[in-house]
Amino acid sequence: MRIYADNAATTQPSHAAIEAMLPLLWEGYGNPSSLYTFGQRAKEALEQARADIAEVIRADPKELVFTSGGSEADNQAILSAAELGRKAGKRHIISTAFEHHAVLHTLNKLEKDGFTLTLLDVHENGMVRPEELEAAIGDDTCLVTIMSANNEIGTVQPVRELGAICAKHAVLFHTDAVQAVGHLPVDVKADHIDLLSASAHKFHGPKGVGFLYARKGVRLTNLIEGGAQENGRRGGTENVPGIVGMATALKESAARMAENAERISALRDRLIEGLREIPHSALNGDSVRRLPGNVNFCFEGIEGESLLLLLDDRGICASSGSACTSGSLDPSHVLLAIGRVHDVAHGSLRLSLGEDATEEEVEYIIRNVKEVVAYLRGFSPVWRDLMSGKAQFIL
Amino acid sequence: MALYSEKVMDHFRNPRNVGVIEDADGVGEVGNAKCGDIMKMYLKIRDDVVTDVKFETFGCGSAIASSSMATELIKGKPVSEAMKLTNKAVAEALDGLPAYKMHCSVLAEEAIQSALTDYYSRHPEKRE
Ligand SMILES: Cc1ncc(COP(=O)(O)O)c(C=O)c1O
Ligand SMILES: [Zn+2]
Repeated sequence: MRIYADNAATTQPSHAAIEAMLPLLWEGYGNPSSLYTFGQRAKEALEQARADIAEVIRADPKELVFTSGGSEADNQAILSAAELGRKAGKRHIISTAFEHHAVLHTLNKLEKDGFTLTLLDVHENGMVRPEELEAAIGDDTCLVTIMSANNEIGTVQPVRELGAICAKHAVLFHTDAVQAVGHLPVDVKADHIDLLSASAHKFHGPKGVGFLYARKGVRLTNLIEGGAQENGRRGGTENVPGIVGMATALKESAARMAENAERISALRDRLIEGLREIPHSALNGDSVRRLPGNVNFCFEGIEGESLLLLLDDRGICASSGSACTSGSLDPSHVLLAIGRVHDVAHGSLRLSLGEDATEEEVEYIIRNVKEVVAYLRGFSPVWRDLMSGKAQFIL
Repeated sequence: MALYSEKVMDHFRNPRNVGVIEDADGVGEVGNAKCGDIMKMYLKIRDDVVTDVKFETFGCGSAIASSSMATELIKGKPVSEAMKLTNKAVAEALDGLPAYKMHCSVLAEEAIQSALTDYYSRHPEKRE
């Protein structure tokens, strides 16, 4: 038995997405840049995919650039905005401390290059406060980059409000929407989004393909020089099967979005309710403004990796923000950003439910997490000190 | 490729010598919550031999397996031998650990040293 509860890491490619890709691998392998009919068929498939995706996020097809995934889109969006800022003599960027590393590491690079960075507080509930964004914007600000939904704690930001503030101050607004696209409604125009990153494998498409939306008029800087593909904004023969798979998966996700969100949110809330019964535990991130499938807890007195290994033995695939799962000495930067101290951040568990999750699975997860947490606490010296009063409970 | 060897997983899933010794002759605790691994070792010593050992660990799979293996390696051994246990020996007995997990086996070595130091501080006459 396997219960896959790590959909924030990646999702199962949908049947329809795979079916749509196969003919392009078997027979329709022409190069979309070739002028003969065989190549032009691939080009048609490519442009149909672009139109389909554009429709879902309410963009113009010309505003989409296909990339190798979310990381590349984040890199290109931020470096392009910085380049525009540099030309205008503006070198201040606003973001948050709990962005994905594809964003944070790119920003760190720019910092070394003379840009100044303001990281907005995401507070205990993992939410940006719009008034704090507005207060941080100055004459020197060239970019605001804030993720639509956090990949670890699932909090969903008030993107439209943030976008409106950026528009009012004429500052470019980028959002890493990798966890949002296909799961929450996205309307780039109404949301005042100038740049948006997305990744196919987070919404039942294939891995290694994604897209960058860049509003008409926002000039992109190439990360990859080469041919004239993607209107000269990204060199390299397009991953036609992957792109078509992505478009198919996104159309499908969009068509079922409301229905899926309602059902998964109900399962999520049951999972949260069940795990809350574990003493000295806490939900990470706002309990309402969060992704439909995301559950993230800290359990005091235990360490996350051992929890994951024992859950794996029971067939449950999950994730943790503990240091020992990241290979570094520090636990997740996201948990630290919402004010979790190291002691409890090491004992975190992320469960991200998919569209096919069932009530039985949720009950199985609750039962097994309870058992494993109790078992690990049974020989934890930290738990002993807490129980004997030698140390104070944090949660 | 599995993250850990079969041996590590065996000791992680079925840790040997888990628990506490209420009337221990030496107790040592190392690590801290900041780095994410904490180990506590309890020793019972008779006639310069480690007659019993128990541990408690807050930590990752490799930390739990290292504690378990370390207790097996010193149980029934003369104190002088237990004192010489190295993290390398613990890691080797586990058929190896991923490079970035070696610090967890260092903790096992340190926990035993710390428990023995405690024992010697209670019995200064035993120190050579
Ligand atoms: C919020 C966020 N941004 C960016 C990425 C990177 O996407 P990709 O794996 O497609 O490069 C991820 C996926 O891990 C993500 O969750
Ligand atoms: Zn460890």
